[in-house]
Amino acid sequence: MQLELRNVSTKVGGEYHLKDISLAFDAGTLNILLGATLSGKTSLMRLMAGLDQPTSGKVYVRGKDVTGVAVQKRNVAMVYQQFINYPNLSVYENIASPLRIAKVGKKIIDEKVAKVSRLLKLDDLLRRKPQELSGGQQQRTALARALIKGAELVLLDEPLANLDYKLREELREELPRIFSETGAVFVYATTEPSEALLLGGNTVSLHEGRVTQFGPTIDLFSKPANLITARTLSDPPLNTLPVTKFNNRMLYKSHVEIPLLGRLPDLPDDDYSIAFRPHHLYLKRMSEAMISVKAKVVVAEITGSESFIHIDVAGMRWVVLARGIHDPDIDKTIEVFLDPSKFYIFDRNEQLVVAPEATPIV
Amino acid sequence: MIAKQVNQKAWFMVLPVFLVVAFSAIIPLMTVVNYSVQDTFGNNQFFWVGMDWFRDLIHSDRFHDAFLRQISFSAIILAIEIPLGIMIALAMPKKGWGVPVCLISMALPLLIPWNVVGTIWQIFGRVDIGLLGHTLAAMGIDYNYTQDPIAAWITIIVMDIWHWTSLVVLLCYAGLCSIPDAYYQAAKIDGASRFSVFRYIQLPKMQRVLLIAVLLRFMDSFMIYTEPFVITGGGPGNSTTFMSIDLVKMAIGQFDLGPAAAMSLIYFLVILLLSWVFFTVMSNIGEESSNGGA
Amino acid sequence: MAHITLKEIAHSYAGESENPEDFALKKLNLTWRDGGAYALLGPSGCGKTTLLNIISGLLHPTRGQVLFDDEDITGLPTEQRNIAQIFQFPVIYDTMTVFQNLAFPLKNRGRNKKEIEPRVIELAKILGLEKDLHTKAQHLTADSKQKISLGRGLIRKSVNAILFDEPLTVIDPQLKWELRSQLKFLHKKFGFTMIYVTHDQTEALTFADEVIVMYEGKIVQAGTPEALFEKPEHTFVGYFIGSPGMNVCACELQENRIVIEGHELLLNRTYTAVKATEKVEVGIRPEHLSLAPPDTNGLPVKIIRVDDIGRHKIVRVALNDKEFNVVAPELSDMTGDRCSLQFDTGHTNIYVNDHLISGERM
Repeated sequence: MQLELRNVSTKVGGEYHLKDISLAFDAGTLNILLGATLSGKTSLMRLMAGLDQPTSGKVYVRGKDVTGVAVQKRNVAMVYQQFINYPNLSVYENIASPLRIAKVGKKIIDEKVAKVSRLLKLDDLLRRKPQELSGGQQQRTALARALIKGAELVLLDEPLANLDYKLREELREELPRIFSETGAVFVYATTEPSEALLLGGNTVSLHEGRVTQFGPTIDLFSKPANLITARTLSDPPLNTLPVTKFNNRMLYKSHVEIPLLGRLPDLPDDDYSIAFRPHHLYLKRMSEAMISVKAKVVVAEITGSESFIHIDVAGMRWVVLARGIHDPDIDKTIEVFLDPSKFYIFDRNEQLVVAPEATPIV
Repeated sequence: MIAKQVNQKAWFMVLPVFLVVAFSAIIPLMTVVNYSVQDTFGNNQFFWVGMDWFRDLIHSDRFHDAFLRQISFSAIILAIEIPLGIMIALAMPKKGWGVPVCLISMALPLLIPWNVVGTIWQIFGRVDIGLLGHTLAAMGIDYNYTQDPIAAWITIIVMDIWHWTSLVVLLCYAGLCSIPDAYYQAAKIDGASRFSVFRYIQLPKMQRVLLIAVLLRFMDSFMIYTEPFVITGGGPGNSTTFMSIDLVKMAIGQFDLGPAAAMSLIYFLVILLLSWVFFTVMSNIGEESSNGGA
Repeated sequence: MAHITLKEIAHSYAGESENPEDFALKKLNLTWRDGGAYALLGPSGCGKTTLLNIISGLLHPTRGQVLFDDEDITGLPTEQRNIAQIFQFPVIYDTMTVFQNLAFPLKNRGRNKKEIEPRVIELAKILGLEKDLHTKAQHLTADSKQKISLGRGLIRKSVNAILFDEPLTVIDPQLKWELRSQLKFLHKKFGFTMIYVTHDQTEALTFADEVIVMYEGKIVQAGTPEALFEKPEHTFVGYFIGSPGMNVCACELQENRIVIEGHELLLNRTYTAVKATEKVEVGIRPEHLSLAPPDTNGLPVKIIRVDDIGRHKIVRVALNDKEFNVVAPELSDMTGDRCSLQFDTGHTNIYVNDHLISGERM
C-alpha cells in the first residue's frame, strides 16, 4: 500500500488549514507528523483517513484516487490521545471487536487476538476490563484493536500524550518494533521532537498548515532545510544569531565577529541567520577557533547530570546545555563560547545554506 | 468529476426532507396565506380583499388586548421561571443518592400531557372540591378563578411554573455539571465570595444553556393554549384570552376564516421576530462578555 | 510565607482502617523550609496528588497533622490556609480581562484600587502579559492562560505556598521551556515556597532544589537532583530518574570487585560481605558507561541496536542475556557489532535487595 497526497489544501471560511501539501508514504514505513498545536497535524490525519475531504487536491491509495471515498470504505484504523475502549467488554473482546463486526470466524479471531496481544504484551490481561488496566495497558489495548484489523493505514494522534513519562519511554521504545512487524503505513502525530527522534522513521515537519520538510527524522535534525524545521526539531530550543556579511566580514551588529571559515567566504554579501543547538554552546573554551561572547544569566536549571543555563545576549535569549552542575547567579555576566564548526547558516529567506560537517569521532 | 457527483447525490438526499417540510409546513402555510387575502360568505365562494383583514386586525382593540395579555404572560413566566430554575439547579446535589431522586422528581411534571396538567389544576383550584381552592377558601382568602381575573391569572402562572420550571432546572443543572472542580478550588483559593463564584464561574458557564432555556420557554409560553383553555376557557370575560385562544375562537367559533388566517400569520411573524430578537440579543451578550471590554 | 511540616501524615480514601493496604498514602514525615522549591515526582497512583490535596486542604488526612510555621492547620479549610494552586488545565475567569483576573484575589480581600493597580501592572510585566492586560482572558493561548493562573497565585505577597499540579500538561514543548525557566526565575526572584507535582522527571529535576520521589504511597527518596541522579538509594529511583533509566544488573560482590557473567570489574570502594540469599545488583547510569574497541579493557559485549536521537546516541548492548543502555556522543561511529563496555567506577552503585549500600572508599 502506498498513500499519496497531491497538492492537497483545505480551506475553512477563507482560511487555509492546510496548504498545498504533497506527500507520499510507502508500505511498512513510520511517518511522523511533527509540529506545534494547530500546525495542521490532526487536519492532515482526518484527511488521510477520509473523515474530511480536501478543498482541492487529491488523495491516492496504491495509485488509485480515493479523494471522495468515505472512511467506512477505506481500510484505516485510528488511535487517539484519549484511551478509547469499550468499558464493559474484556480486553479480549475489545481487541476482537473489529473482527466481530466483520463477522470473522471464531477460530481465526482466537488466533489473531493471541498474536496481536503477544506483540503488545497483553496476553496475560485478556480477561480484564479496561478500567482494571493502567493507562499504558489501556492504550496498548486501543493499539491492538487498531492493528488486528490489518488496516493498510494506521493513524495515531498523539497516542502517548496522556501517559506518564516513563510509560511513554517504554512504549516509544517498543513501537518501532511493533510497526515494523505489520507492514502497514503508520502515521504518528506528536508535538515533541524528542519523541520523533526516538521513534526514528520519517518525519513531516509542519508549520501553520504547510510542510516545511519531509525526510528521515535524523536528517531533519542534522540537515534541516530551513530555519522553521530546525526550530521544530530542537528541544531544548535552537539558539539563533542574525548576522550581516559585508566586505569580507561577518558581523552581528558590532558585537560579534564570525571568522570566515570553510564555505563562508563563498557566500554573497547579505543578511543571514546563524543557528546552533544548546549543546554546542559552551561555558569553557574547547578550541582556538571558538568565539567568545559576553552574556547575562537569566536562570539556570539543573537536571542532576546536565545544566540548562538560560542567558541573555544583547536582548536575545539563548540556552546553554552543559554537562555537570553549573548554577551561576541570576544577572551575573558570564562568558560563553560558540563553535563555528557547528553553525547552521540560513539565508534571508530562512533556507539552509551551510550545515556543519559531520566529523565522526571513533 | 467526483466532486460533482457528490454534490448531486447530496441534493437527492435532501429531497425526502424537502418533501416532508413541503407537506407539513409550506403547503399549509400557503393555504393560510390564501385565506388571509380573501373573504367568503359560504358556498365555497371567495372574494379577493387584499390586505384588508390585516389592516382591520392591526387596528382592532380585540387583537391589541390579546397581544398585550400574551406578552405580559410570557414576560411574567420568564421573569419567574429563569431565576427560580437557576436557584433550584444551584441547590441540587452534585453527587450521591440525591442526584437521581432530584432528577426524577424534576422530570415528572414534564412527562404529563398539557391537557392533563390543565385538568389537574382546574380541579386543584376549585373552591368546592379542589385541595388548593378549598384550603384557600378555608383560610378566608377570597379565591375563585372562575370569577376573579387576578385569581385566574395567578392560577395559570403558578401552573405554568409548576409545569415548566423543571426544564430550566435540568438545562442549568447540565451546564453546572460541566464545570470542572478545579474552578471551584481556584475560586476558594482566590478568596471569592459565593456570589463571585456564581457571577464569574457558574453564570458564564451556564450562558449557552440559559440561552436555549429562555428561547424554549419564550416560544412555548407565547403559544400557550391547552392549559388556559382547559382551566378558564379564556375567562372570566376575556381576561385570559391569549392570542392562541382568541385565534381558535375566531376561526372555529365564529368561522371567520379570513381574519383568523391573517391573525395566525401575524402571530407567526411575531413569534419569529421575537425569537430572532431574543436570540441575537442573548448571543450578543454572550459575545460581549467574551469580546467586549477590550 | 512559611515553612511546612507534615507530621505522621497518612491517608486512606476508605477512612480510618486497620489494613495498611487501604492507605493511598502511607505514614510520612516531611519538613519543607520557607522559600524552597520542592517537587513530588512519581508515576500515576503513587499518592503525589493526594499529598498535594492534603496540603491545600482539599482533603483531610486520615492521620497526622499539617503545620505551617509550627501552627497546626490540619482543620482549616482551603480558603483560610492562604495558599495558591495552579492546576493541570488553566483555570481562568472567562468573562474577565487579564487585568481583572490578576486583580481578583486582591479585590476579594478588599484591597483598594490604588494598591491593586501597580501590583498587577508590575506582575504582568514580569509574566510578559502586559500587552494583553485588557483583552478577555478566554481569547489567549493555553500558555498565556496558564501564566494568568500563575499570576493569580503570585499577586498576593503573603501566600504561604504555591502548589503546582502538573501545570505544563497542555503546553507545547517549545513553550514548556519558556514557562519552566520563567517559573524558576520567579521562584528565585520572589522566594515563595513552591511545591510542584509531576510525573515528568525533567520538570521535577529542573524546577526543584529537592525532589521527593514517591512510589506506591511511600517516599522512596528525597534529595537534590544531583543526589537522585548520582546516588539513587533505591533501584526504582535509578529507573525512574534519567532517560533512559539506570542499568541494573545482577552480579556477585566480593569486597572491592564485582563479577558479571564471569567477567570481573574492580571498584573503588570495598563492601562487607552480604548473605548469599540476598539479591545483589550493580547499577550504573547509561551516561557513565562507554564503549571501546573490541578486545580492549572492559566487558566484551554485542551491539544490538543504535538509536540516533540527535544530541547523542543510545546504544543497546548485550552480554549474554544481560542488556545495557549506553549513551554515546553525537558523532561517534559505531562499526562492527562487538565492542568493550567500560564502567566509570566512580559512579558505579551496588544494591542489595534494591537498596543502595555505600561501602567504604579505598
